[in-house]
Amino acid sequence: MEENHVDHTCEFLMIGGSAGSLEVLFRLLPLLRPDLPFPVALVLHRRNSSDSSLAELLGSKTLNPTQEVEDKEPITPGTIYLAPADYHLLIEQDRTFSLDYSEKINFSRPSIDVSFESAAEIYGPGLVGILLSGANEDGTGGLMAVKRAGGRAVVQNPDTAQMPFMPHYALTHLAIDHVFDTIQMAAFINSLV
Amino acid sequence: MIDEEDIDLLLNDLFDLYGYDFTRYSRASLKRRIVRLCSLDKFPSFAELRYRVRSDPQYLKRFVEEVTVNVTEMFRDPAFYKSVREEVLPVLGTKPFIRIWHAGCSTGEEVYSMAILLKEANLLRRSLLYATDLNPSVLEKVRKGIFPLALMKQYSESYIASGGTHDFSSYYTAQYGQAKFDNELSEKIIISTHNLVSDSSFNEFDLILCRNVLIYFDKDLQDRVLNLFDASLGTLGYLALGTKETLKFSAVHNKFKQLNREKIWKKIM
Repeated sequence: MEENHVDHTCEFLMIGGSAGSLEVLFRLLPLLRPDLPFPVALVLHRRNSSDSSLAELLGSKTLNPTQEVEDKEPITPGTIYLAPADYHLLIEQDRTFSLDYSEKINFSRPSIDVSFESAAEIYGPGLVGILLSGANEDGTGGLMAVKRAGGRAVVQNPDTAQMPFMPHYALTHLAIDHVFDTIQMAAFINSLV
Repeated sequence: MIDEEDIDLLLNDLFDLYGYDFTRYSRASLKRRIVRLCSLDKFPSFAELRYRVRSDPQYLKRFVEEVTVNVTEMFRDPAFYKSVREEVLPVLGTKPFIRIWHAGCSTGEEVYSMAILLKEANLLRRSLLYATDLNPSVLEKVRKGIFPLALMKQYSESYIASGGTHDFSSYYTAQYGQAKFDNELSEKIIISTHNLVSDSSFNEFDLILCRNVLIYFDKDLQDRVLNLFDASLGTLGYLALGTKETLKFSAVHNKFKQLNREKIWKKIM
């Protein structure tokens, strides 16, 4: 499959994760090159609190600037953005972030589906979506939207996931472009232009 | 699939026929809400949703209710309420009379939270809380002060985390799975419809709270609303926004000084 289509430039990388995904990011982020030519957004299920120390913790693992999103913030290439706890993360036509406090989706806020769907509308074939470890169905519907819009869908190899359910659920529901362990994922991201 | 032109047509209808202006709402969120409503109410196509909105004023009511986000809770972000308790109320307490505006209050959970803080600071008797929303049906809930009993455990925990020392259940009466908050609180709440998009300033306030409302607006509309708040605040009045909202990018930001880590600003000129 992969050989058949010409890979589009990556304009936006969105990574969704739930239980067991932080450990992956702690290993993945230090492996990423420091001058990523596209923006990265991390949409993670986590405890509801206004505590923003997770962004600092993740930022300590990478040379790329890392920050929690504020409403209507412009999206800058090379920056790693973290979706704030208890808000859905959306993307506007003018490529700024929007936050939304509407109902939880898949028992989650932020919902990975919501962010993937929103990013797919804006970035289309320029979007790469990666789904990590988790014990929830969130993310699969979103990856379907990524694929429909012409983007690429990647999941963590369930055999390497602390909670294999989430990537496995995606694998059984749509045609995933790549299944990677952490090392392969880092090499893939570093090769994106 | 609904495209941008469809949304534009619908928004034009809403403005031309009913005077509701959603054109400067944050489009990503608004579109999601419209798509959701279309599937919730099982419209076979977007054109049929549009026709229903145009031809049925009763349905318009539902449309406005569902498209605007009305999710809220009591004592959300306890650290914020702690800061109001410790840093804002002692200053407001020096005034003979305190006017507070909850702009875009939805079903009123935050208004009742504030009324409880005022009561505990012995300021409720000389305070008035103005609760406004564009949506008349949510204001009916504010008037009643009745919230689901099942949520009280969570609200009680947030109340305690905000520095509350009383028994939270002393503020309501439990009946039929509902918690009815005391009249002592609700009689200080003045309810009115007010649309931040089109209505103007109607009073001068000592504290304006508008938390997680601006996120649904685009930059231009945010600026309009922040100017409206600026015009509605007395000297040294306070403005409180949601934890991920900011004055930073707005034209009024140099008239305000942020109090601390919480999203509370003091009007300094």
